[in-house]
Order: sequence, then structure tokens, then C-alpha cells
Amino acid sequence: MSPLILAYLALVSALASGILALGADRYPNLLRYGSSILLGLSGLAAIVAGGWALIDETPTIDQLALGLPWLKWHLRIDPLSGFFTSIVGLLVFAISLFAPGYLREYTRHDRKQSLAALGLFTGLFIFGMYMVLLADDAFVFMISWELMSVSSYFLVSYQHLNAANRRAAFLYLLMAHIGGLAILLGFGVLAGFSGSFTFEAMRATELAPVWASIAFALAFFGFGMKAGMVPLHAWLPEAHPVAPSHISALMSGVMLKVALYGLIRFTYDLIGDIQWQWGLVMLIIGSASTLLGVLYALLRNNLKRLLAYSSIENVGIIFSGLGLSMIFIGTDHEVLGVLGLIAALYHILSHALFKGLLFLGAGAIAHATHEYDLNNMGGLIKRMPQTAVFFLIGCLAISGLPPLNGFVSEWLTFQAALQAPALESGVLRSIIPVSAAVLALSAVLAATCFVKVYGVAFLGVARSRRVSHAQEVDIGMRLSMGLLAVLCVLFGIFPSTVISLIDAVPMMLLGQGPPSAAVHGWLWLTPISPKVASYSAPLVFVAVIVVALVSYGLLHARAVKIRRGYPWDCGFGSLNARMQYTGTAFSMPIQRIFAPVWDLKEDIEETKNAKQPLRTEGIRHQLQALDKSWSRLYEPIGNLVLTTARQVSRIQTGSIHTYLAYSFFTLILLLWVVT
Amino acid sequence: MNTVALEFNLGWLMAFIQMLLFVVMAPLLLGWIKRVKCHMQNRAAPSVLQPYRDLAKLLRKQTVIADRASWIFRSTPYIVFGTTVLTAAIVPLVALDLPTAAIADVIVLVGFFALARFFTALAGMDIGTAFGGMGSSREMMIGALAEPVMLMAVFTLAMSASTTNLSEAVTYTLESGLVLRSSFIFAALGLMMVAVAEAGRVPVDNPATHLELTMVHEAMILEYSGRHLALIEWAGFLKLMIYMVLISNIFFPWGIATELTAEALAIGVAAIAAKLALLGVVLVVWETVMAKMRLFRVPQFLGFAFLLSLLGMLTRVVLETGG
Repeated sequence: MSPLILAYLALVSALASGILALGADRYPNLLRYGSSILLGLSGLAAIVAGGWALIDETPTIDQLALGLPWLKWHLRIDPLSGFFTSIVGLLVFAISLFAPGYLREYTRHDRKQSLAALGLFTGLFIFGMYMVLLADDAFVFMISWELMSVSSYFLVSYQHLNAANRRAAFLYLLMAHIGGLAILLGFGVLAGFSGSFTFEAMRATELAPVWASIAFALAFFGFGMKAGMVPLHAWLPEAHPVAPSHISALMSGVMLKVALYGLIRFTYDLIGDIQWQWGLVMLIIGSASTLLGVLYALLRNNLKRLLAYSSIENVGIIFSGLGLSMIFIGTDHEVLGVLGLIAALYHILSHALFKGLLFLGAGAIAHATHEYDLNNMGGLIKRMPQTAVFFLIGCLAISGLPPLNGFVSEWLTFQAALQAPALESGVLRSIIPVSAAVLALSAVLAATCFVKVYGVAFLGVARSRRVSHAQEVDIGMRLSMGLLAVLCVLFGIFPSTVISLIDAVPMMLLGQGPPSAAVHGWLWLTPISPKVASYSAPLVFVAVIVVALVSYGLLHARAVKIRRGYPWDCGFGSLNARMQYTGTAFSMPIQRIFAPVWDLKEDIEETKNAKQPLRTEGIRHQLQALDKSWSRLYEPIGNLVLTTARQVSRIQTGSIHTYLAYSFFTLILLLWVVT
Repeated sequence: MNTVALEFNLGWLMAFIQMLLFVVMAPLLLGWIKRVKCHMQNRAAPSVLQPYRDLAKLLRKQTVIADRASWIFRSTPYIVFGTTVLTAAIVPLVALDLPTAAIADVIVLVGFFALARFFTALAGMDIGTAFGGMGSSREMMIGALAEPVMLMAVFTLAMSASTTNLSEAVTYTLESGLVLRSSFIFAALGLMMVAVAEAGRVPVDNPATHLELTMVHEAMILEYSGRHLALIEWAGFLKLMIYMVLISNIFFPWGIATELTAEALAIGVAAIAAKLALLGVVLVVWETVMAKMRLFRVPQFLGFAFLLSLLGMLTRVVLETGG
């Protein structure tokens, strides 16, 4: 028995769940229950396998007699892949609880889409993600990567009757392949110098700095595009939200992490010799992604799209952590490099948990109300009380508030950034604090964004009939959200314990763990030394609760009944739901301050009274805040491609003689070149 | 062994007493500010004890809440009060090196303020009135611009002292003596401007008005009454005091007790009282000469504060490399 055997179990059950679902069009319960149970099993096996590899610290290697005749499939599980396997496993397990209830909607008799396709591609998608993590040669890696991309394309295009979804899916496929091409070329550089496709050989090869930089640039482009870095991100908020919600949770929660895994594996492990300039590029792009991601998220009113934009922000935070780590490693401050890497890994874990939770929450809301638009929601805290609690925990965690897990990773990133004075270069010393400022600004903007989400969706009064009749979702869906919410709290309160597990990863990649993260026991988190910084999440958690309870107890010593009355309406008569602040209204001040970030289109329509032209009957206001990367990057490139294609098409005359002439002249030309 | 344990317990006891002192003295500071302000504007002044009377009155009164309020609305006062008191516990008031200072550093302190703001803003939106939403939206905007400034200012200090622990940072300033550092001046100015914005004082917000065009904090808590309102008000007093103590003890720490003897503590109490009284007068002068700003002027005000803090930090990392 070894971690790898357990990982095989996870692989096989994921595949089996996909195959089992082939019969789902006939027997929908096969998908709802059969496939889900197998997925749950697969998730559990992956969690255990990953955790085992993380604790065991020695890599387990295996070769399978599949694939090309001269190249067997090399598989390997080590602390790095183990860490990511556990995260994927966690989310897979959570969605296996969520899916049976959520899919009831999809299994109605008048359904238009194939259930078999949904189940099959879900299984293949998860199988592909596991395989990417386990791959130990470039060949298996690329095959699994493509499997992951293509099967998720079918999930994005699942609701293909809507033309917008088809467009989003095509864009997704296109971008996935441009990114895949860059990754392939990156591996090509490594394989060219090492003479072999195995990671083992690539690891052993020393690259010339120029070639290492070229390989890094290709990998960064490819993996970064998949992870949704600015300015290549525009496909992500189109593609992720249109898949069914539990798939969105997987895509945003863990598929982005698989891309980050690829990047970490490629730079830290395969190239090995890290240059600080790479870190600088990553830090700058990371900061830009953080700020732009959250600003774009703030103006969205479609809940799932907002969550997808917020993923871009979180990937930016992770990039910043990795960038800091690479800068420190490149300038021979290995210890601080470890700190940055730990911060990034912690945020990878945190983001998987809370983004998974929030997407499942969005799925639960959609299941209960058929609404995605925040401005039609309201008052859900009374209709769906438990979902409301879980969603609140997710919102607190993603806003980086103590004592939850999002705060721990942001705190660690800040601590890494504050070590900038250790660097010799004045430029780096001043860029890092500025990036810390950007990070601070984004953290508060994220809090603003999620106050908006929670305040508009769950608080106040329902803004539409469907929402006012919403029912709490079934027990499985609540369990899966509850599980992720509890983990968000636990990973926030016991960071030292988690870090003492994670530190096997920097131990493997850099040969050392953090200097003293958990030396002072589970109660204290002291990344560098207790004198420099310390944070005790358990004490903070207990203290807030104690103070709140004591003040509650003191105030209720004298029993005074609370009276319920009407809210203050300024004496104008009863308030109605349309008088509440909407999502658009809430984000208006931010929209005004940061106006140049978006392409804003504001549309105000006034209807006048026919008899009294001075009297306004109604006003319609519509605000479109478009992503600038569309008009500045995507559309020009798209137009360029179209124009070039049109120019090239001129040589197509449609006559066979011309084509024969083309072949003839090409042949002559080639012969001339050869001789 | 026994003396170590005794010292340890003494430390926790002192930390507890200091926290109580913080909580009890916060309304007094506000009373003092109100009184000085009235004198300065030629108005009849209430007693410095007036905030206590107001709190006592609110605590006695019956609490009325809207029929559609959820548990968020009812629990927010306790969460806000709890986090603010805890924040007060980690700020060195009269003595250094207390055990509470290690629980949370200055980044956590900013996080606590953010947590309290998050819940207050949610409570504002809970009833579903236009006022609440308006207040929440504005408060989050001001917070979004103020918090980075505050972090920049404390980062400047943290980089100089190479620690984010408040107590250690104050020790650093004490030990390095009275040196004129340009980075500290910028950071102090930035922090003062943030304090004005975050505590909801003129020119960013006016705590004494209920006019819809200008309300920010008051609009959010408009629906609160009775003991809920008392807790939120008290937390507001505490927040102002925390900012003032931070400014005075980080940048002018002289007089603070570095050991737990009766003499040192007495000096510490007297020093902080004098510093706060003085800083209160500065605030009053500032509020008297300034007019309330239009809401969309506030980003410029805070943008300037951000520039100051950033300048402070860049001065620190580029020019003052000597340690």
C-alpha cells in the first residue's frame, strides 16, 4: 500500500463515475446517486493519498505500460503533487455531496440536454486533473492537460441552447489551446536540452540562463492564461459561470489551482535555478490581476460572474506570493523565499475552499430561486437560513477578515512583503511595498464587493416573487456547503498546524522549511520569529467570542423585552422592496472613483406624462461596465486575425489549375532551397 | 520558577486592567473633545461626563428593532463591540511588553477594524431601507480608501523596526531616541488623516448630524436603539481612542511604562492622559477650522493621505537604508 495506489483508486473511481453516467439518460438516478457516490469515494481517496504523500515526504514513483512504445507513462506523487491532490479531492468530495440535490433540476422529463454527457465529462474532467498532478513526464502531462481542457469545454458548453454559452465555450477552447501550445513549447525547450521527456531528466539538466528564461516565459504565459492572469483573463468570467454550478466550483476552485501547480512544478522543480527577474514580472502581473480582478468583480451583478472575476483577484494574490518568493530566492534569501511560497500555498488552499463554497452557495440560490441577478434577490437569510450562514462564512473568508483562512494567507503575504528591506536593490525595495499597498487596497475592495453580495442577496427584502418564495435546499447540498464552511473556519483558527503540514513542499523544492512558523506550538503563528510578528488565531477567536458573550450577558442581566416595530420610513408611508439599495447603487461610489478602469455605458430612459410634459412617470437606468481587455486586447487581435485571413483568402480562386500551379511552384521553391 | 509564574500572571492582570481602562476612559476622551470644541466655538459646554450619561440612558431604554431585522442586525452590536475591545487590548496604552500584544500584530488590528466595518455595513443593509444601504455603501468606500493608507503608514514603521508587533515597534522608537525621520513624519500625517476619516469626524463625516446628504456612519446605524445603539456608540468612542493612542504612542512613546513598577505605571498613565488631551485639542482645532467635505471630495482627501504614506514608505526604503 502506498499513496500512489490510493491515488489510482481515486483515478479509477473518477473514471468509473463517468462511465456509469453513460446510462443516465435512461436512468437519471445513475447520475444523481451512482456517479456521485463514486465521485465521493474518489475524493476521499485523493484526500488520503495527498495527505499521505505530504506527511511521508518521500516521492513514490511508478511506470505504467501505456502510451508510446518507447515512453512508458511515468507517474509520481510527492509532497507538492500530494498537496494539490488533497485540495482537488476535498472539492470533489464536497461536490459529490452537492450534486444529487442540485442535479434534480437537470433530470426533469422535459430536459433538453444529455445527462450522460454531463456525467461522462465530469468524470473525465476530474480524472484529467488528477492525472496532471500525478504526471512525471511531459508526455503524460500534456495528454492529461488536454483531457482536462477538452472535457471541461464540454461542461462549459453543456447548456448549449443558449447562443452566448456556445460563444463562451468556443472562446474557452480557443484560449485553452493557445495556452496549451505555449506550455508544450516550454516543455520542448526543457526536453530539447535534457534529451528526454521525463521530468527526472529535466530536473537533472542545467539550462543556460537565456534558455531558462525563455522556458519560463512560455510556461508563465501558458499556465498564467489558464489561471486567468490580467490581461489575458477575459475568457475566464465568460466560461466559468455558464457551466452548472458544481462544475463552476471545480473550475474556479481547483482547475485554476492545477494551472498554478503546473507553474510551480515547472519553475521551482524542473527549471530549478530561479532568477529574480521572473519574480518581478510575476509580482507586477499578480498585483495588476489583484486590483483589476476585484474592481471588475465589484461592478458585476450576476452572482456567478462576480465570483469568477473574484477568482482572478485571488489568483493575483497567489501570483504576488509566488513572485515575492521567486525574488527572494533569486537574490539568495532562501528563508524568505520559503515564506513567500508558504503564503502562496496557503492562499491556494484557502481560495479553493471559500471559492468552492461560494460557487456552491450560488448554485443553491439558483436552485431555490432560478436567479443569478443580485438585483432580483433580497431577504434570502429568512428563506434559506442555513445556506445564509455558510455563505456568510465564505464572504468573510474571501474578504480576508480575521479569524478565517483568507486572512491567514493575506497576513503571510504581507509578512513576506515586509521583508523587502533585506534586499540590496533599491528598485526591488520600493516596488515590493507598492505591491503590498495594492494588495491592501484590493483586500478592502474585496470586502466591499462581498458586503454588496451578501447585503443585496441575503439581507433586506425580496425584490422578486420567485425569491420571496424560495425554499431551503436539501440536506446534501447544505452538508457540502457546511463542510467547506467548517474547513474555512478551522484552517483560519489553526494555521500553525496546517503550515507544519504544508512545509514538506518547500522542504522538497528548496531544501528547507520555514524558519519558525510553528515552533511555539499550535497556538502561535510566528513565520520569522516571535519578535518580528506573531498571531494567535485561536486566542483571537476565543477572545472575540468571550467579550461578545460577556457584554451580552451583562446587558441582559435586567430582562427588558425587545419591541418589534416598523422601520423608519421618514413618515412617507410604507417602504417597499424597490426602495432598497441595489447592487449597482451600492458600488456606484467605487465606480465613480475608479471610472477609467471600465468601458462604462450608462443608459437613462425617462418616460414623460403625455398630458403634463413636466411630469416624469418613470425612469429606467441601466449601467454596463465592460471589461477593457475586450476592447483593448481581444478585439484588436481578433480583428487582426480576421483581416489576415481575408487577405490570405485572396489566393483561393476556386480553380483547380491555380492550385496545381501553387503546388508546382512550391515544389520548385523547396527543391531550390534544398539544393 | 515561582517568580516567573508570578510575573506571567502579573502581566496578564496588567493587560486586563489596561483593557478595562481603555474601555472605561474612551467616553471621557470624547467628553473632553466635545467640551473643548464647545469652548472654542463659544457655546455652552456640557460636562465631560456627558457621554457616560448618554450611554447610561441608552442602556436603560427599551430596544426597538424593525420587524424584518434578521439575526445579523441583532448580533452586530456585540460583534462590533467585541472586536473593538479586543483591538484595544493589543494596543499598548500605559505599559509595554504585556502578553496581549503578542496575540495579534498591527496587521491583525487593521483586520479587526475591517471585520467590525463589515458587520456594521451588513447591519445597515439588513432592514432594507434606503438610508442603511446608502450609509453602508459610503462607509465601505471610505474604508476601502482609508485602510490601505493605514497599512502603508504602519508598514513604514514596521520596516524601520523590522517587526509588526506593536509593543516591539514602540520599544524600537523609544530606543532609537528623538531622531527626526522624514518617513515617520509622512506616516504620522497619513495616519492622522486616516484617523479622522475612520472615526467619522469632520471633514469626512459629521457625527453630530442626521442630514441625509451628509450622513455616513449615522445612516448605517439609524435603525439601532437602546442597548444596541449604546454598544455601537461605545465601540465608536473606543475606535477614536485607539487611533489617538496609536498615533501618540507610536510616534511619541516617551513616558510609557517599560517595566511593571508602580512608579513607572503612574508616569505612564499621566503621560498618556496628557498626550491624549493634547491630541484632542489638535482634533478640535482641526474640526473647527475645516468644513465638512462633499462626499466625492473624500477620495481626494484620502488619496492625498495615501500619497503621504506611500512617500513615507519610499523615503524609508530608498533613503533611510541605514537601519
